[in-house]
Amino acid sequence: MMLDKVDSYQFKEHSANADLSNEDKIELLRKMVRIRRFEEASLKYYNAGKMGGFLHLYIGQESIAVGTASLCGQNDHLITAYRDHGHALAVGMTMNECMAELFGKKTGCSKGKGGSMHFFAPDKNYWGGHGIVAGQTPLGLGLAYGLKYNGDKGAALCFMGDGAVNQGSYHESLNLAQLFELPVIYIIENNGYSMGTSQKRSSAFNNCLAQRADAYGIAWDVAKGNDIYEVRAKTKEAIDRAHNESQPTILEFDTYRYQGHSVADANSKKYRSPEEIDHYKENYDPISVWKKCLFSEGIIDEDSYKQMDTEAKKEAKDSVTFAEESPFPEISDITEDVYYEVDEGTESGKRGKHFFHN
Amino acid sequence: MALTLYRQALNRALDEELANDEKVVIIGEEVAEYNGAYKVTEGLWNKWGDKRVVDTPISEAGFIGMGIGASMLGVRPVMELMFFSFAYVALDQMINNAACVRYMSGGLINCPIVIRGPANGGTNVGATHSHTTENIFANVPGLKVVAPSTALDAYGLMKSAIRDNDPVYVMENTLLYGDPLAASDLPDNEITVPIGTAEVKREGSDVSLIAHGRCVIVALEAAKELEDKHGIKAEVVDLRSIRPLDEETILKSVAKTNRAVLVDESKPFCGISSQIATMIQEKAFDDLDAPIKRVTSIDAPAIYSPPVEKEQIPNVSRVVDMVQSLG
Repeated sequence: MMLDKVDSYQFKEHSANADLSNEDKIELLRKMVRIRRFEEASLKYYNAGKMGGFLHLYIGQESIAVGTASLCGQNDHLITAYRDHGHALAVGMTMNECMAELFGKKTGCSKGKGGSMHFFAPDKNYWGGHGIVAGQTPLGLGLAYGLKYNGDKGAALCFMGDGAVNQGSYHESLNLAQLFELPVIYIIENNGYSMGTSQKRSSAFNNCLAQRADAYGIAWDVAKGNDIYEVRAKTKEAIDRAHNESQPTILEFDTYRYQGHSVADANSKKYRSPEEIDHYKENYDPISVWKKCLFSEGIIDEDSYKQMDTEAKKEAKDSVTFAEESPFPEISDITEDVYYEVDEGTESGKRGKHFFHN
Repeated sequence: MALTLYRQALNRALDEELANDEKVVIIGEEVAEYNGAYKVTEGLWNKWGDKRVVDTPISEAGFIGMGIGASMLGVRPVMELMFFSFAYVALDQMINNAACVRYMSGGLINCPIVIRGPANGGTNVGATHSHTTENIFANVPGLKVVAPSTALDAYGLMKSAIRDNDPVYVMENTLLYGDPLAASDLPDNEITVPIGTAEVKREGSDVSLIAHGRCVIVALEAAKELEDKHGIKAEVVDLRSIRPLDEETILKSVAKTNRAVLVDESKPFCGISSQIATMIQEKAFDDLDAPIKRVTSIDAPAIYSPPVEKEQIPNVSRVVDMVQSLG
């Protein structure tokens, strides 16, 4: 574990945090709690056989999605890999649409066509939710290219796991990012394991993964991912670099996932010890850390936290009800949302045969 | 009037669409300062500058993926693959991302991107540079695939592809770029050729030769020889668009001639002609007086040896022989 115990909140006075109101700080906590309760509910119903496929849980990493998304403005965009529920809720997607997607229902954010790994909300600048490790890294670059091409002052925050750093498409993206001076921020959420393989068994590096940026002349930083103040401080610096200089950054946040790679990861307690997991939970849990911080700042007390937690649990439970009561897609829905021109009924969409099953 | 070459027709289409829509940007290896490896983009960088015509490093997975990401934000990239064979290092982006992101988002996203470049053998560059990739991409719902055989179709289909709001992969052909047989008399005014429409390039009554891309030129030459030397009137159907596919024009031709020979540079296993043959069998079985036959590439990686490669891909004599074998 590379993390130091958080006790100093040394980034509290950083310009990213100095203007945070008490309400803002409470909202950051609420978002983290909502993500955790949502995922706990999804785990329960996944185990009950209500969902198909994989379920990659974000529990333990909430401070990164919440901290980074809280800094995003009108022209800042986010894209991530398959561990995407936290970012979805952090940008403001509803528990209902997310839970319904997990249940494979028509009311899901992707109409039941994407599943756990493929949540999207372009209206909230959230571009998914991508299943192939590092497959999103050129897309994040493209979002930054689009921003620059369109003359918009923004940043593309492209999240990835530590397992993605060894894919070729990521390195190609880094080269292009610096060559074209694109406002992309690669955020490595380093939870120590690429599926069941620890970082030291999968990656060759000096000091940290982000330092590979030196090979491309890209600015980089590494930080604790479980302290929202620190996450925001480092992210703000990267966003400023993107906005003001149109330059890329690689940020690496140390973090930890409590669950397996996915819920189907049968070995999740074999490649690491239960003690390791407990040690993190007890000492570094991002919600506990932030809660303690807000207690010490006198912003909330145990009662108000409990109320927040109760609300989050109820919201999650209600989303399960919503999902269960929603209809599945129809067979006829299978061939919708394949081609824009067909869906829109344009002249182009009407010409020629697009589907060949009959 | 001077005929326009296939290469020049593509160049004109790109130039006009750069003028028509400021979101159109040409991106690829050597497309700008070098004027294009095959000169398709010649002069465009000089005219339009760094923002609209962009050189990339040799990094297909990176820059193709970048174009796809930019297209999600409304940019309309026209990406050049120096060879479509190089798509194989960018397949994750071209299939998982460009083709599937709309579906996986429940229709919230679309990718108005064009990926274009030559997809052909016959140039003695060995197996790695000679793939005909249209069947790979036409297999993927969410993608559109076109393969023009003449300068006019190249011009009109390229313009339609750039204006289309779905990903369109345009399969060109290095042997057609400067081929006088593929040159056309282009109108002065702008026109488009709609995606999803085939065209009968030569009328006939005895057999339908169904082809796309350069094989249309081969089929037309074969049809001439069949008529001149053997008195057989062959009709040549140019698919132009592979997905979406104009089934109606194919079926109409088969109903008229009662015989079909499919000319297809694809490898035979699950090539484009496999799909066409299935479709004819399913929908026009009673029209057929003979089995559907195919002239495809000989089923091995593309051979280098120049005179032998000419025999590996469909050529006039192989088509003539196949038609005669129908009896």
